[in-house]
Amino acid sequence: MIVDEHASGRQPLLSVRGLRTGFATGRTTLTAVAGLDLELAAGECFALLGESGCGKSVAALSLLRLLPPAGRILGGELRFAGRDLLRLPEVEMRALRGRGMAMIFQEPATSLNPVLTVGRQIAEALPELAAGAARERAAELLAAAGIADPWRRLEEYPFQLSGGMKQRVMIAAALAGDPQLLVADEPTTALDVTIQAQILDLLAALQAERGMGILLITHDLGVVARMAQRVGVMYAGELVEEAPRAAFFTAPRHPYTQKLFAALPDTERRGRVLATIPGQVPPLSAMPAGCRFAPRCEFAFARCQDESPQWREVGSGHRVRCHLADGQGRILPAEAAAASSGCAAVALPAEVSPPHGTDGTAATPLLAVGELAVHFPIRQGFLRRAVGAVRAVDGVSLSLRRGRTLALVGESGCGKTTVGKAILQLIAPTGGSVKLDGRELVGMSRGALRPLRRRIQMVFQDPFASLNPRLSVGEIIGEGMQALGVSADGQGGEGARAAIGALLRQVGLDPAAVSRYPHEFSGGQRQRIAIARALAVQPELIVCDEPTSALDVSVQAQILNLLAALQEELGLAYLFITHNFAVVEHLAHEVAVMYLGRIVERGTVEEVLGAPRHPYTQALLAAVPSPRLDAQPVPMRLPGETPSPARPPSGCHFHPRCPLAGDDCRAAYPAAVALSATHQVCCLRCS
Amino acid sequence: MNGQFVLLWSDALIWLIAIAALVLGLVSARQPQLAAAWRRVGRSRPGMAAATVLLAFVVVGLADSLHYRPLLAPAAGSSAPVYAVETLSLLDAIAEPLRSRNEKTYSAPLATRAFAKETSEVRDADGSLRQVRDFPRLRFGGAHLGADEDAREADVGARVGKSLALGLAGWAALLVLVTLWLARSEALTVAESSRRIRCGETFFAWNSVLATLGLIVLVAAPLFALCGDYHVFGTDKVGQDVFYQVLKSVRTALVIGLVTTLTTLPLAIFFGLTAGYFRGWVDDLIQYLYTTLNSIPGVLLIAAAVLMMQVLIDTHPEWFATAAERADIRLLALCFILGMTSWTGLCRVLRGETLKLRELEFVQAAQSFGVADLRIIARHILPNVMHIVVIALVMDFSSLVLAEAVLSYVGIGVDPTMISFGTMINNTRLELAREPVVWWSLAAAFTFMFALVLAANLLADAVRDAFDARLAGSS
Repeated sequence: MIVDEHASGRQPLLSVRGLRTGFATGRTTLTAVAGLDLELAAGECFALLGESGCGKSVAALSLLRLLPPAGRILGGELRFAGRDLLRLPEVEMRALRGRGMAMIFQEPATSLNPVLTVGRQIAEALPELAAGAARERAAELLAAAGIADPWRRLEEYPFQLSGGMKQRVMIAAALAGDPQLLVADEPTTALDVTIQAQILDLLAALQAERGMGILLITHDLGVVARMAQRVGVMYAGELVEEAPRAAFFTAPRHPYTQKLFAALPDTERRGRVLATIPGQVPPLSAMPAGCRFAPRCEFAFARCQDESPQWREVGSGHRVRCHLADGQGRILPAEAAAASSGCAAVALPAEVSPPHGTDGTAATPLLAVGELAVHFPIRQGFLRRAVGAVRAVDGVSLSLRRGRTLALVGESGCGKTTVGKAILQLIAPTGGSVKLDGRELVGMSRGALRPLRRRIQMVFQDPFASLNPRLSVGEIIGEGMQALGVSADGQGGEGARAAIGALLRQVGLDPAAVSRYPHEFSGGQRQRIAIARALAVQPELIVCDEPTSALDVSVQAQILNLLAALQEELGLAYLFITHNFAVVEHLAHEVAVMYLGRIVERGTVEEVLGAPRHPYTQALLAAVPSPRLDAQPVPMRLPGETPSPARPPSGCHFHPRCPLAGDDCRAAYPAAVALSATHQVCCLRCS
Repeated sequence: MNGQFVLLWSDALIWLIAIAALVLGLVSARQPQLAAAWRRVGRSRPGMAAATVLLAFVVVGLADSLHYRPLLAPAAGSSAPVYAVETLSLLDAIAEPLRSRNEKTYSAPLATRAFAKETSEVRDADGSLRQVRDFPRLRFGGAHLGADEDAREADVGARVGKSLALGLAGWAALLVLVTLWLARSEALTVAESSRRIRCGETFFAWNSVLATLGLIVLVAAPLFALCGDYHVFGTDKVGQDVFYQVLKSVRTALVIGLVTTLTTLPLAIFFGLTAGYFRGWVDDLIQYLYTTLNSIPGVLLIAAAVLMMQVLIDTHPEWFATAAERADIRLLALCFILGMTSWTGLCRVLRGETLKLRELEFVQAAQSFGVADLRIIARHILPNVMHIVVIALVMDFSSLVLAEAVLSYVGIGVDPTMISFGTMINNTRLELAREPVVWWSLAAAFTFMFALVLAANLLADAVRDAFDARLAGSS
């Protein structure tokens, strides 16, 4: 329908022609966006999809002429509702921002001013109204953004609101000027899946209600499938493919788009190596002359190296910038791409027998966590007396055998990272036990713990914060070997050097990287270094704390492949802490779902993800946007947000948000119900 | 220059700092981040101009930090060498004429006669004595002119002209050398390399360094040409050459600025990092300590400490062989006291930064390897706060130099016999009330101190811009 509107020659709301944006650095200008063309009709949602650093945020900021000081619009044409934006004086442009087009940003925590009330900040966007009228309008807007009790919220400060609530306030402020176009830059990336689902619903409803155009910038194919009517894929500053939603998901044409789909972990690719895109996005200063994707493209031929491809129409409203699609019968069918993307079957250890036989229940598990509790005291008053406690982890039991992967899933703030750190004794547990191979770790002295440290290691979430920028890669990897006295057969410096080189090879890096420093590596390479550091002391268990959540999809696939290969080779056990169900489906053998410091459901992947029994697990799974057309989940939306672990609700922690809750749920925390030998649920409605 | 080498405590510290700065330079050349930051400093034009000026001051200060006691002519019949009680420095030896040619009292810059009239007896041609009240002729200032005092302007002009020509020729030679060197090392044509220097397209801010050197030559060459036979900045109350006093003050200012930070740094770094890293009662204790110290008025504390020190020195004259040693100990005591009261600011900043760093994942990764706490602090936290330390060090320097001037003015600063900007100002403040005003002491002290502090501040700005990650990222 939207495509038809274009065909009928109606003027689009926004039209961008050959937009070029760059950054001045010294005497040169680096081009970040190189010739962007797109059109957006009123009431349409156009998704701009791309990995980090591809220029999508810069493109959005160029539309509003809000570039940072070093940014320059180098050329092109921006027309919005018939006006040429690049010729408007700044005064008129300012009037247009907010009224004509509004923007919401990724991080709700930093886009609100912490010292102004919510009401004041929304009223700022309503300068023409008197104070009383502005308040009334602000309350209306808050209600429109789905905030209950808007009059009370007007008086509150941002710190009193949760993340999802702040994003709603941002949306309300953006709606204040009744904009025709909303530019949403990764609006849900910082939010949990259940909250993300709420915000996406809200945006979709507002779009339908007000006939507003939305330019949605995202890296998440699931969000695209949920929201967009048309999709544009950006790579290295260029749009490489543009298609209506249906065509995009059924028959992507550009090799890059196809690779993005192939790199997504999910159930079908379980136990197989994920497709990866070799290499990295080229830096702005060294863009290839021809097709920008050519150096990483497996179908590239001579022409790709020297000639930048032009747009080719391959379907109704579907165009692609690739020499393969130039009508010489070399168009790449989607199925062929999937087959050629290298889904070689490499079995995970699960598919073979586990190292200790199938009767793993009889053998001692490698890791046994019993009733682990971590409470942080809340101190108040002059004497800093403890007046209460944040029950970050409140009675968690887990067990993990050698060579297996246990995924610990939950939303942010549920205590999953704290569990990981308490297992490593980085945070002293308040109670419970952590047994490694039958030896109790809780309460052990630091000295006694040291020899055991080499058996458990951790890989952290943020590869940029987990490597000391002042140490070379060799020093980083060697640190653990030195501290724990693990050196390659005691040969001293030479042996250690050789061992570090071997480790780097094992994680897929050049051994020459030893003397380089972390800032010279990309995010994925840094995560490989972090994995090598953990492997250096030959651990048996690695706690992976969201190791891929800071990485792009194609890089995430590389790291997941590496972890799978290492598990097969070395028989490692992983405790995989994540919020990403696709990763769980792909990698894990067992799953434990956490809510507010407790495990609500655990079992094998098939049991928990295939037939979830706890209402929270069901809601979580339903909230995950699927990157497929056919599999839009049954809408089951969780109301509200996770309560504070300082004051957990009485009885079942989940009852205030649970659609099935009754009076009995408020009375006492439900005991675990065993549904099978491996599947346990803590819910009264499941027995 | 025969004599007995004397190593004063402050000399030892000054040279120690100079060596430490060299070592730091070598270490940071090996560390890519630090090297990159220093290269950014090298690119900054105001920063390098300031560094050039500071270098000139440092050279003077270092020359004044090599002390000896000159050999006296042996007394008849004794073969054992006898050394003077007076301790001199290399600078004193170079500036011997400045040091020894003392007038009776005040004289204006470049004057040939004293500033105040005196009654003298003149024998007339007929042999009768006559009392004359006139400005007496100076003993040294312009003495070479003899009776021909009117030739002074022409003499001064000729000397300035000649020295400028010489100085500029030397400067031009340096310019050619740098251009040739750059052409050689970067494989450029000479024309291209000179164009790059002129347009500031070199990796190191050569154009600002050369321009500053030119400016220094313009000021220094005439000064040196004139100071041998005139008092270029006049003389003070006891007839000492003010130019000599200014040169001597440079060392005092440098000692105060540098040695004080030497006291400050270990305290600030140790307390700041341990408070931030260990938290808990350690943090409470250290915070309590610096909050208490901060709430005592600084001047009061310093005054009390200096007076106690003074009493101690006065009651134990046998501890010091020479007056220079006594003044030196008092200077160091002042540095120490200033250091004890000024570490709190840096400590607070370091504590905050450490609180942030200790939560970073690379620190936790080290903890999960069981690395000892002190080792984590030294290896993971200290290198990551070094940029703050460098910034604080350079910024504190100028405020300490000013603090010395203020304290000496109040009378609780350095030993009265020690020449410093503060004592110079203090000695001439009363003369400001007289008519005509004796302005040259104050003006000379002010100008040189201003140049020193301005250069230090500009360098501090350049260092902060280069080392502060946020600013470095935005430019």
